[in-house]
Amino acid sequence: MLSTLMLGTAQAASANLFDQWWLLIKDKAIAGDLSFWENIYKEIYQNVIFNNRWVNYLKGLGITLEVSFFAALVGLVLGMLLAMMRLSGVKPLEKIAGIYIGVIRGTPMLLQVLIINFGLFGSIAIDRVVIGVIACGINSAAYVSEIIRSGILSVDKGQTEAGRSLGLTQWSTMRLIIFPQALKTALPALCNEFITLIKETSILAYIALTELTKAGDYIRSKTYSAFTPYIVSGILYLVVTGVLTKLLGKLERRLRQGDNR
Amino acid sequence: MITVKDLHKHFGELKVLNGIDQHISPGEKVVIIGPSGSGKSTFLRCLNLLEVPTGGQIFFEGTEITSPKTNIDAVRCRMGMVFQQFNLFPHLSVMENITLAPITNKLMSKEQARARALELLERVGLPEKADAYPKQLSGGQQQRIAIVRALAMNPDVMLFDEPTSALDPEMVGEVLEVMKALARDGMTMVVVTHEMGFAREVGDRVLFMDAGVVLEEGTPKQIFETPQNARTQDFLRKVL
Repeated sequence: MLSTLMLGTAQAASANLFDQWWLLIKDKAIAGDLSFWENIYKEIYQNVIFNNRWVNYLKGLGITLEVSFFAALVGLVLGMLLAMMRLSGVKPLEKIAGIYIGVIRGTPMLLQVLIINFGLFGSIAIDRVVIGVIACGINSAAYVSEIIRSGILSVDKGQTEAGRSLGLTQWSTMRLIIFPQALKTALPALCNEFITLIKETSILAYIALTELTKAGDYIRSKTYSAFTPYIVSGILYLVVTGVLTKLLGKLERRLRQGDNR
Repeated sequence: MITVKDLHKHFGELKVLNGIDQHISPGEKVVIIGPSGSGKSTFLRCLNLLEVPTGGQIFFEGTEITSPKTNIDAVRCRMGMVFQQFNLFPHLSVMENITLAPITNKLMSKEQARARALELLERVGLPEKADAYPKQLSGGQQQRIAIVRALAMNPDVMLFDEPTSALDPEMVGEVLEVMKALARDGMTMVVVTHEMGFAREVGDRVLFMDAGVVLEEGTPKQIFETPQNARTQDFLRKVL
């Protein structure tokens, strides 16, 4: 591993500052007597800087965000559909939605991903990102549907009665009156679900999708560093979820103020 | 206009309505009074099928609305309803509250609906509130908007379900004024209320309900001055 490193640095003739720092401690590193801080620099250099490895993390992050975004869309649409089915009053529809939610919430997501990847798409050539979106979307839908269902149930019955008494159909009443109010109530929980989803896409590392966790894993396989690549991935997850949580807090405050209008 | 034949409504074991026969003529103002739990609200809510009767028939303008073949949404377009809790749509402005149903049901164009809404808002004295949201309004204002919302559909009959019961006392008057004006304009009205003054002043006919039946009915004069039934006498003694 160190030999490849040395080769790499040798090739980078126009050595930049990071490479120069590395050259300063390279011999000590080979001899294995780096100080604490030198060791940390070595880790960062090897796992992030060398060979533009940071690009791997960013690409991984990109895929994580891409999968999360589209899976959230799938989850939202499918989740709305499931929530409507559960509240439709049509027994077979309620049953189907109930079973779906029960199965998805009652089995490990990893198992679902494996089944979808090897079972459903085992013999079909299809982009792993698409598989990831489908698997995570199907999983998220079960949770989203429960969030939306409780949102719908939280809207006062008088709203439905008012809508229906004005001659609006059940569907129009749902679409124009109940749903907008339910969504507003459910929005914070939905955003939370989205943040959770971002973290859960890490499971897709199992089906060799190079998202953020797998990207860290890939670097580990190159450098044999046990910690640093995963910690870099972890920091990136934290940055994304941290920013989103902050935004969510802002959104919740806005919604609360909006209640008084 | 509305004919009710042997109307029954049970909630499981609980028998709320036990055989009501009524006929309401065009232009008539029928006021329903009675103790709470007597079934008067349930009766009113059966008239536009917000409660589905367990037995009996209801005819509205010649159509049997209790028949499963009837398009109840079309019937409800011609029956306005005002609720105790107003039930304005909090996420919509006053204007949107009023124009939502006429536009969605394709009864009017957007411009027509807005014009009609402004005209009605003028009539209830709230033209400046068109762009306000329900939460910004007092209870009395909200209920007047709710009446406008129902009127915007140009209904043939208006059903009022205790429209002033949720209001602070000082706001009852403004709502009753709107209802009286509506009555003067000849609207057919069915009103469940505890406002005996209103019943006496506006009602053509007063129904006294108890235990799911109409115990006594007559002109306000008959009911309030010479009630025949002992239960009516007892009730009126308590509320007047």
